[in-house]
Amino acid sequence: MSDALATQQPAYNYKVVRQFAIMTIVWGIVGMAVGVLLAAQLMWPELNDIFQPFSHFGRLRPLHTNAVIFAFGGCALFASSYYIVQRTCQVKLFGGFLIPFTFWGWQIIILAAAITLPLGMTSAKEYAELEWPIDIAITLVWVAYGVVFFGTLVTRKTSHIYVANWFFGAFILTVALLHVVNSMAVPVSMFKSYSAYAGAMDAMIQWWYGHNAVGFFLTAGFLGMMYYFVPKQAGRPVYSYQLSIVHFWALVAIYIWAGPHHLHYSALPDWAQSLGMVMSLVLLAPSWGGMINGIMTLSGAWDKLRTDPTLRFLVVSLSFYGMSTFEGPMMSIKTVNALSHNTDWTIGHVHSGALGWVAMISIGALYHLIPVLFNRAQMWSVKLVNIHFWLSTIGTVLYIASMWVNGIMQGLMWRAFNADGTLTYSFAESVEASYPGYFVRFLGGFIFLVGMLIMAYNTYKTVAEEKPAEEDSTAADAQPA
Amino acid sequence: MSTFWSLWIIVLTLVCLALTCWVLFANRKVAVRDDEDPENKTTGHVYDGIEEYDNPLPRWWFYLFVATLIFAAVYLVAFPGMGSFKGVLGWTSAGELTMDQKKAEAIHAESFGVYSKMPIEELIDQPRAMKMGVRMFANNCAVCHGADGGGNFSFPNLTDSDWLYGGSPEQIKHSIAEGRSGQMPAWGPLLGEANVASVSEYVLKLSGQDGDSALAEQGAAVFQQNCAACHGADGAGNILLGAPNLTDDIWLYDGSREGIQHVVRNGLNNNMPAQKDMLREDKIHLLAAYVYYLSYNEEE
Repeated sequence: MSDALATQQPAYNYKVVRQFAIMTIVWGIVGMAVGVLLAAQLMWPELNDIFQPFSHFGRLRPLHTNAVIFAFGGCALFASSYYIVQRTCQVKLFGGFLIPFTFWGWQIIILAAAITLPLGMTSAKEYAELEWPIDIAITLVWVAYGVVFFGTLVTRKTSHIYVANWFFGAFILTVALLHVVNSMAVPVSMFKSYSAYAGAMDAMIQWWYGHNAVGFFLTAGFLGMMYYFVPKQAGRPVYSYQLSIVHFWALVAIYIWAGPHHLHYSALPDWAQSLGMVMSLVLLAPSWGGMINGIMTLSGAWDKLRTDPTLRFLVVSLSFYGMSTFEGPMMSIKTVNALSHNTDWTIGHVHSGALGWVAMISIGALYHLIPVLFNRAQMWSVKLVNIHFWLSTIGTVLYIASMWVNGIMQGLMWRAFNADGTLTYSFAESVEASYPGYFVRFLGGFIFLVGMLIMAYNTYKTVAEEKPAEEDSTAADAQPA
Repeated sequence: MSTFWSLWIIVLTLVCLALTCWVLFANRKVAVRDDEDPENKTTGHVYDGIEEYDNPLPRWWFYLFVATLIFAAVYLVAFPGMGSFKGVLGWTSAGELTMDQKKAEAIHAESFGVYSKMPIEELIDQPRAMKMGVRMFANNCAVCHGADGGGNFSFPNLTDSDWLYGGSPEQIKHSIAEGRSGQMPAWGPLLGEANVASVSEYVLKLSGQDGDSALAEQGAAVFQQNCAACHGADGAGNILLGAPNLTDDIWLYDGSREGIQHVVRNGLNNNMPAQKDMLREDKIHLLAAYVYYLSYNEEE
């Protein structure tokens, strides 16, 4: 039955996918460029003064995180989920005007973030700094996203729901819940509000949100991406349906508990800290399930890695995913956390996930998507894709290795005591010792950014090289509004 | 924690872990060997050309999962985690802190014990003790008094021979342990603006600065009536009250005409916090020796 359907594909809505795909590259460059500037500011603090107070580290840092997670990552998720849910359900996107609404709504929210954050308007909640009017806008767009996605699932022409869509579904539902609960606040003016929670409870809510932004936005969502593009690009069946079931349910059941490991040795009650740590350790196997399923899908097709840089992106992203989901549970162990907390090790861990996993799987997915979306046989230059691959890999490795060294060194310096009970090193001494690492990190980030610029050029050439042979099947119905 | 919330936590935790175990064991078709050929049958579903093998769970992965679940169970029995259940080991983070502090205290007691009975006058000749003093001072005093003890605006210089409360070893130690509180009342409302101006002029003259002599003469009488009780008839101060010497050119605050008028008019409230609740006796002893050493060197 499915085979018969596959031969006569329905008219898919590719317009919104194209829009999100292009904006993924644009916001990726913006977010990572701000990141490189921040890395440079840590190395050369005078760079804070380019355009004070708007260029200050404290104002640009949330811009970087928001741009990379929600603008770059968000657009990548919108693009891939809209593409995948149509193709695996054999049906056009559901939702009519809600579809362009999600695109334009999301872009306006990103613009609003890019304006308000440098102006210093912030709710001061990490990864949720946007003020209440923008929070409400996010909620509206997200509900529309849910209607489009689940509406498409409901109207599907296949008997089962493909595993990629389980992950996208879990991601959309949970992010809605996280966003609404965490952003609860009392507005006092148009651009200022105060959290509805106080003290340790506020901290707990924030990290329940913060860690599951990682768990559901940056993990579950991108696993959905992985489950389509890896088997598709490799031309191989997914390794194990059983493994999909077990690791999906275990992942969504356990991840939501892991937040307290960000608050070890704090005012959070002991029981909550323990539960957070235990659940984080149990999370190791469910996280690795996705990596195994992705990498084992390649068995029998390993030779393709030699010729296909897109597949290389996907497979290396899975390796970084496996590495950081091993590192995460280790860092959640209290005694390890006592050393790693507040050091650059955490930054390295985050970027091994953000650059190595999230960015590289998105880039691989885009290199698969862009030729399809614009009716091309392949990217304008496969050679440039290959160069991009090596720049990304080297950039990521430089970044995380320098932060490991810095982090462990800082942790050891901070905990060193003299026999009279005084600290062996002042804080400033540990900062001074971190400079070489800061430089290597800046270099790694810069190299990664150069790769993104090459991607933008390659994409431009792919899209502009020639007029599409003919408008694809969907251009007409893409804009019902 | 109330019984309800305790049960709430326990039930949620157990249900979540039990369901996880159920999903794992319900799909327990473990591979015989890890490297088993995956060329077995697919599930029969095809999505956009993607098929799925029905491979069993990798054996090593299954056991890794089971191992973490066993660890979770053991940990939650041993440590606090299940609501208000304390865990069989009786561990608490507060208890761990106390234990670490005890261990540290034992080490410190040994370091400081050597010097705790030595008189301060002798301690200043012990290089190791003074090295410890530098670090103690940097951690506890430098924020206000400066890294070199040279003082800051409103925080006394500790390296000179001018002392608000006396510079003998005992007096310094008392200042550190018990703290000091210096009160200069606000005289503005009592004296009126004219007297504030005249007495300030007199204080200017006392400290050897140029001022209006006629006004200063009027101020002398005001000074004797209102200020001499603390600052002394000659204005040389009183270390029992911490009343500063007004006849030198050392000023804790602004020594200009406007500065003096401001202080006379509005008063001051200066506070050196007591350290005895934060630092042990032997640490205060060594710190006092170091501060004494700072000013003693100056006098040499």
